[in-house]
Amino acid sequence: MKDKFDYFIKTEKGKWEVIIGLEVHAQVTSKSKLFSSSSTKFGEKPNTQVSLVDSAFPGMLPVINKFCIEQAIKTGLGLNAKINLRSIFDRKNYFYADLPAGYQISQYKNPIVGEGSVTLDMPYGTKKVGIERLHLEQDAGKSIHDLSPDNTFVDLNRSGVALMEIVSKPDLRSPDEVNSYVKKLRTIMRYLGTCDGNMQEGSLRADVNVSVRKEGEKNFGTRCEIKNVNSIKFMEMAIESEAKRQVELLESGKKIVQETRLFDTKKNETRSMRSKEEAHDYRYFPDPDLLPLEIEQGYVDDLKNKLPELPDKKKERFINKFKLTPYEANVLISENNISEYFEEVIKTADIKLAKNWIIVELFAVLNDKNLDIKDSPVSSKNLANLINFISSGEISGKIAKKVFELMVQSGDEPSKIIKDKGLQQQSNPKELEKIIKNVLKKNLDEVTQYKAGKEKLYGFFVGEVMKASSGKANPKLVNDILKKELKK
Amino acid sequence: MNDLNDISLSEIIKLVKSKKISSVELANHFINNIKKGKKLNSFITTCFDQTIKDSKNFDKKQNFDGLLPGIPIAVKDLFCTKNIKTTAGSKILENFVPTYESTVTNNLWEEGAILLGKLNCDEFAMGSSNETSFFGNVINPLENNFVPGGSSGGSATALAASLTPATIGTDTGGSIRQPASFTGTVGLKPTYGLCSRWGIVAFASSLDQAGPMTKNVEDCALMLEAISGYDKKDSTSINRKKENYSKNLKRTIKGIKIGIPKEYRVDNMPKEIDQLWKNGIDILKKSGAKIIDISLPHTKYALPTYYIVAPAEASSNLARYDGIKYGYRSKKGNNLIEMYEHTRAEGFGDEVKRRVLIGTYVLSSGYYDAYYLKAQKVRKLIKGDFDNSFREVDAILTPSTPSSAFKIGEKANDPISMYLNDIFTVPVNLAGLPAISIPAGKDHKGHPLGLQLITKALDEQKILNIAFAMEKEIDFKQSLNRWWE
Repeated sequence: MKDKFDYFIKTEKGKWEVIIGLEVHAQVTSKSKLFSSSSTKFGEKPNTQVSLVDSAFPGMLPVINKFCIEQAIKTGLGLNAKINLRSIFDRKNYFYADLPAGYQISQYKNPIVGEGSVTLDMPYGTKKVGIERLHLEQDAGKSIHDLSPDNTFVDLNRSGVALMEIVSKPDLRSPDEVNSYVKKLRTIMRYLGTCDGNMQEGSLRADVNVSVRKEGEKNFGTRCEIKNVNSIKFMEMAIESEAKRQVELLESGKKIVQETRLFDTKKNETRSMRSKEEAHDYRYFPDPDLLPLEIEQGYVDDLKNKLPELPDKKKERFINKFKLTPYEANVLISENNISEYFEEVIKTADIKLAKNWIIVELFAVLNDKNLDIKDSPVSSKNLANLINFISSGEISGKIAKKVFELMVQSGDEPSKIIKDKGLQQQSNPKELEKIIKNVLKKNLDEVTQYKAGKEKLYGFFVGEVMKASSGKANPKLVNDILKKELKK
Repeated sequence: MNDLNDISLSEIIKLVKSKKISSVELANHFINNIKKGKKLNSFITTCFDQTIKDSKNFDKKQNFDGLLPGIPIAVKDLFCTKNIKTTAGSKILENFVPTYESTVTNNLWEEGAILLGKLNCDEFAMGSSNETSFFGNVINPLENNFVPGGSSGGSATALAASLTPATIGTDTGGSIRQPASFTGTVGLKPTYGLCSRWGIVAFASSLDQAGPMTKNVEDCALMLEAISGYDKKDSTSINRKKENYSKNLKRTIKGIKIGIPKEYRVDNMPKEIDQLWKNGIDILKKSGAKIIDISLPHTKYALPTYYIVAPAEASSNLARYDGIKYGYRSKKGNNLIEMYEHTRAEGFGDEVKRRVLIGTYVLSSGYYDAYYLKAQKVRKLIKGDFDNSFREVDAILTPSTPSSAFKIGEKANDPISMYLNDIFTVPVNLAGLPAISIPAGKDHKGHPLGLQLITKALDEQKILNIAFAMEKEIDFKQSLNRWWE
């Protein structure tokens, strides 16, 4: 990890700074659509989640889903943003087969959420990224071009699903920062339960605005917008390739044309989709079917009071209260489920052991099995018990790892495994004395050498005792008895 | 028994309730009239088998609890009706059969009414003469070759010619009141939000409003009571208690303050219209109303404002007719864009295309501020004019239209002259207010002329009560010789 920001496109001719702004489209977590009561369930048969409103039948009218409004406000509060008590839904007009009404209901001039900010933890310190706005809009349906050579099929299941478009200020400066920003947004929304952030299902997508400028230059360069990038990795790749393309153009004396581009993930390059001249004229105007959305401050305050503890606050608490390092805190707050698991474990178990066991052992298992922590084979209670067996000296750390492995396989409680497999620590002094005496008897030469001053051999005796007890001997007792015996 | 053609809906209801006539007999009477009235071209779709079946059902159950027990009613073909073709007067919806029922028509059926058929109208309600319908002109029953007005032209003709005892239309800029005025009938545009827009093919969402068209004011109160009410499926619907307009209907003029806006004395207004207005004022005065001259200074901007706002919304509302999901699709075109182009070029008529183009233009970047945004500001000023006036007066009296019914084809190639027809009705839609047109006299050809009463929002009861009183004093007589039969 670098401790200083250092992302520039470096060429023989100079150093270029990359300026990035993101428009993230996050699907609102809600059972029904933004303006109809159809289900939003993913992966259903095509055109089975479609109402007359979603398919724009004559005379059908939109009715706002109040839950989606609540979700947008909560997200706005999570982004430390201004909530606009009056916002307006506009129509964005364009023709396309998967846009049944010929317009998308969106918010143009008066979004529900205004300016806010998100704080990123970068290796070189924290960085505040400005949020320009958040607005609500409908998703379109899906055109499927590859089912038939002659026909395009349309699936309207997504048509009308609520999206939040979160527009950042052009504050991001590297693919790493974009990575961190998107993950942070996702974490915040998952904490709030306002977007599941599932990129495979298209719940989180982004349009990426990229421009470059010479290091030290104050003005922004001409930007290009890369449309609809659907994974963080592709965002990083797209930015890198687009920034390089722009630098090459500028260094060869050419100009950047403001345009919309697409990222070709196979070729790892962006290509032009449409220029500014070809840009759609969306003819935005307030949707006359919907009254301006008016909400009361009291309602916003209410939602604010009911907000869960958000990642930044939780991180601060973890560092201060549990003495975690910022890195450990970041890992443990990255998902609400993880932090809950951690807090559950440390209700009864040692904090230091708990964080290590979770971050090292448990995460390895979860990654390996590709599991969410809420589906962990080792419950928080069982892990706490295991840690307590270690703390009390009933098993050694080494045995604990063996027990943990068996817990992962069986899901059983540690006490049962320890008992069944006879793994509890040998803590009977008489038994241990017997083992130790045996070991010393077998290694008389070493005993003589030790007594002659070769104290290094002490570890050798401990090792032999452990071996003889199959690792179960209580180290503290071994220590006590062994020292006593060696003095004889 | 009175001739069913000459009596009102309210009287028919009395006959039904006193079992002097059955629902089936009623249905057969109107079906017969409709069959004999084909020349008028007021129906796009009829569903006689269903009508008879429903009325037989009614006669079997004998449930007289509803406001409209067993009454057959035809509705404008802009209301979506479940399993019955709904075209909006357009080729693009020529074969469209909704799987759902509009809230307003559903309210009618809940009150015991029975669907008689779907009435012709201007394509997507865009027109003032019913000449833009894909299904052809509607003829005014007063005289062959005359338009019934529009866009609810089929509704007005069918009502005046007694092909339906009452009906409902929609009014975006005068589409109920102007045809009512042209056919000697009563038409009310309610306060925006009083009747649900759910299930009505949209023209201009911020202006569209359904309303009753009837032979007299009493019927109008009854029909309004039946169709109005809060609907949570329409976000612009007003959430308030339903009113009993018919029960509370009484003739009240005495002491009421009536405003006469000077800006409605437009240039070149026919003398007959001016005289009609004067007569109306005299009647009100004689009945004890106080006449107050008022000013609505932004009136002259209403028409241009309307012709920015309405097309802007329409251009977006009509984008859904793209040949993809339902409705007409052209067989021409080699890709998606070409398919759109052919479908919409073939599916829409000229007036619709004209308004979609205007609407697209005024919303375009670079023009939005100069047109749409400015129009919205003017709209506020127009509403402000009315708000100011209603601090002083209870209602405003104006002519409904600047002329009586004109000949078919007379204005068809002159959109501006056609648009000018709505000059007195449009400001009301922009302000979201209720207004009624009642028959108040005839011109030299014997063609009816209407007067318009406007009140502040949600004052429908007051409008109806004043109209009810004026109606009695005016004593308008419809004279139709049923030449078309």
